[in-house]
Amino acid sequence: MVRSVTSFGRSGLSDWLLQRFSAIVLALYTLFIVGVLLFTPDMSYEQWSGLFAQEWVKIFTLLTVLSIVIHAWIGLWTVGTDYLPKVWLRLLYQSAVLLVLFVYLIATVRALWGF
Amino acid sequence: MKTNRPVNMDLTTIRLPITAIASILHRISGIVLFVGTAFLIWALGLSLSSAQGFEQVSQLISSVFWFKFIIWGTLAALGYHLVAGVRHLLMDLGLGETKESGALGSQISLVVGVLLAILAGVWLW
Repeated sequence: MVRSVTSFGRSGLSDWLLQRFSAIVLALYTLFIVGVLLFTPDMSYEQWSGLFAQEWVKIFTLLTVLSIVIHAWIGLWTVGTDYLPKVWLRLLYQSAVLLVLFVYLIATVRALWGF
Repeated sequence: MKTNRPVNMDLTTIRLPITAIASILHRISGIVLFVGTAFLIWALGLSLSSAQGFEQVSQLISSVFWFKFIIWGTLAALGYHLVAGVRHLLMDLGLGETKESGALGSQISLVVGVLLAILAGVWLW
């Protein structure tokens, strides 16, 4: 059996499950942020920074970006294996995707704990 | 594999069924979200950095067209991707997997996706 070494969970079933867990986190965070913005049409900086000063909002946001890392890794891995048959090209593409996702993670940590 | 099997490389003669359209748009919206996330995280960082940064982001979203358009595109992609994702979860439960219900589910996803894109536009403009 040929095992994929570049997929997130190293197995199709694991990726399938992680894609769904991460999707649920992302859906909940979307509802949360869109809800906050809809119910606070004239948001001030004090309200906005006060929201993100709360520990649970920081953790929820970090969990969401971790979910994006997993979800996009699995999703874009699938796209790459479909359209990039050349191994070197696919590895290059996947490295670029991972680098971008890592930057997203670092940028979020800095945004949340840096203010 | 036989090398003399019929091959049709003329893509204009192939019509995608609605289920395929729903599927490829799920994929495209995912790629749009991957790119759009960069702007969202950058805007989050700037908006939290200071009152001036917050004001800058508000200005960008309310009066700079290209930025507003990127935010709208990201929200529209998010709306459709979310709906198509929920449809996937329903299909995991065995709902909407037949030829007919699959086509119906695709139609519903596309219609709701367009509605959400319009609502996002109304919200931003």
